[in-house]
Amino acid sequence: MMEAAIEELTVRDAAGKGEDALLELSLGPHHPSTHGVFRMDVVLDGERVMRLKPVFGYLHRNHEKIAEGASYLASMPYTDRLDYIGSLTNNWAYALAVEKLAGIEVPERAEYIRVITAELTRLQNHASTIGFLTQEMGASGSPLMYSFREREKILDLFEALTGSRMMCNYMRFGGCRVDLPVGWMDQARKVVAEFPRFLDEFERLLTGNEILLARTQGVGVLSGELAIQGGVTGPILRASGVNYDIRKVDRYGIYERFDFKVPLGEHGDVYDRYMVRVLEMRESLKILNQALRDIPAGPIMDAKTKIRGFRPKAGEAYGRIESAKGELGFFLISDGTGNPYRYRVRPPSLINLTVLEDMCIGSSVADTIVTFGTIDIVLGEVDR
Amino acid sequence: MDLEKIKSDIEEAVLDCRLQIVVNPSPSAQHSLVVAREHAAAVARYLRDDAELRLDYCSNVSGVDWLDTETSEKVKTKKLVDGVEQEVEEVRKTRTPGYLEAVYHLYSMEKKHGPLVLRQRTENRGDGVTVASLTPVWRSAEFQEREIFDLYGIVFEGHPDLRRILMWDGFEDHPMRKDYVEPNDYEYEPTPHDAVIAKAAQARETERR
Repeated sequence: MMEAAIEELTVRDAAGKGEDALLELSLGPHHPSTHGVFRMDVVLDGERVMRLKPVFGYLHRNHEKIAEGASYLASMPYTDRLDYIGSLTNNWAYALAVEKLAGIEVPERAEYIRVITAELTRLQNHASTIGFLTQEMGASGSPLMYSFREREKILDLFEALTGSRMMCNYMRFGGCRVDLPVGWMDQARKVVAEFPRFLDEFERLLTGNEILLARTQGVGVLSGELAIQGGVTGPILRASGVNYDIRKVDRYGIYERFDFKVPLGEHGDVYDRYMVRVLEMRESLKILNQALRDIPAGPIMDAKTKIRGFRPKAGEAYGRIESAKGELGFFLISDGTGNPYRYRVRPPSLINLTVLEDMCIGSSVADTIVTFGTIDIVLGEVDR
Repeated sequence: MDLEKIKSDIEEAVLDCRLQIVVNPSPSAQHSLVVAREHAAAVARYLRDDAELRLDYCSNVSGVDWLDTETSEKVKTKKLVDGVEQEVEEVRKTRTPGYLEAVYHLYSMEKKHGPLVLRQRTENRGDGVTVASLTPVWRSAEFQEREIFDLYGIVFEGHPDLRRILMWDGFEDHPMRKDYVEPNDYEYEPTPHDAVIAKAAQARETERR
């Protein structure tokens, strides 16, 4: 019903045309609220958004083409640069696709390490997303600093394990690059044990906060039906009440061994998306506790896999995981040589933007920024 | 999911529709169905709405560029050479034209199964080749089909908003094609500074004299 009205809409200069005048405005690309170089072409009727078209590609470097010219292994460090907040989950998604393509088995200890690092990634991703969200609602500083303080502890763990805080380049086809260093497990257990305290503090500060409730409830509503139709995945989808978590559906890796729940929202508004992320962090902590308890000793690499000079047989495979932002998939076609014939990234950030316009039409500019913030995009992944 | 059964079910449900199964030899065993352009939308709607399949979620759409392939075989033929019949070996080349492909990975959020891989192929690798857009069936294909249009040059018929998405509007080629050659000055854009730079260079030149 909204679409027909938009079709007929004509854009005019706002100056001196009375109250019905419409203003076409470019939000971004150089603005902190756009989380990178991202632009929204909006048409405004006063403060109300009438039309919104996302514009991106400013960071496009044709990652897929570069990967076609490189060996399978050489693309692994490049996947870190897609969603640079969660490089370890990117590594996992790519490794999983290659493992499907070549039929590689992963040793049990490596699977546990993958789960532990992926859930830590989810924790720090959700914490900083909520931090940024409060920042966009005008709470300058404090909540974001709190979440960054916690994120720092997790990044320290990543640095101890992989040598890098954000560009981890850690996983390999058939396992992981290095084993856990001495003392890492104790440090990880400590971080996981202390995290609930931060979450409680965070929730005391935010969950019942009157300003947060006023700014988020009923804002940017997305129905479950439209979310499925638009291919939305991750916490946004589940905030709209659709029970679809790839960790439960595909049971990739060893996720069937862990006892955890999938939090669902009811209204599909910004508040639900905030709440689902908080609850997901609590579930991640559950998984982490179980994984840190059960992790066995053993090899971390499949002995049969030759990583250097890796040449899978001709064929194709699509592998996907539940990254912190949604379904991250890799589609690979091999022609039997050392380079992939086709290498495609299915970026959750990009596809979650498909329904941004529907979520924002009719709301104010300030609410649009908040709604956009809860989609949680990273431009390295959108533009590739 | 049994692909043979899905194939025959579709062929029964959609009039005159013939599908082809592409076997995937890799251990992933994700085989796919090739659908012709004229039936693509009907098949997609069937896959989405069929009570058993309910593939309501189109996860991934990717373009693939398959180059022309040339196979040569040696053929022995008899020819008259200087009036004497001789057996001569000739190399006969057969050229299979390449094509562009759009690959759809479909899942069901309701039934929690998948993936079903659906492929559409263009006739050749020329400019402006078309396949049917499936965005009217699954909106999640909107940006992804735009990306394929941008990077591969496949035109999706029936797409509501087919524009370049990652490259800028004035860009002319399709960089993901296998035979793409990047120009030396592809980042060149004329700016008002050009005139100023030329003037400054001229001024320097006169000063030097």
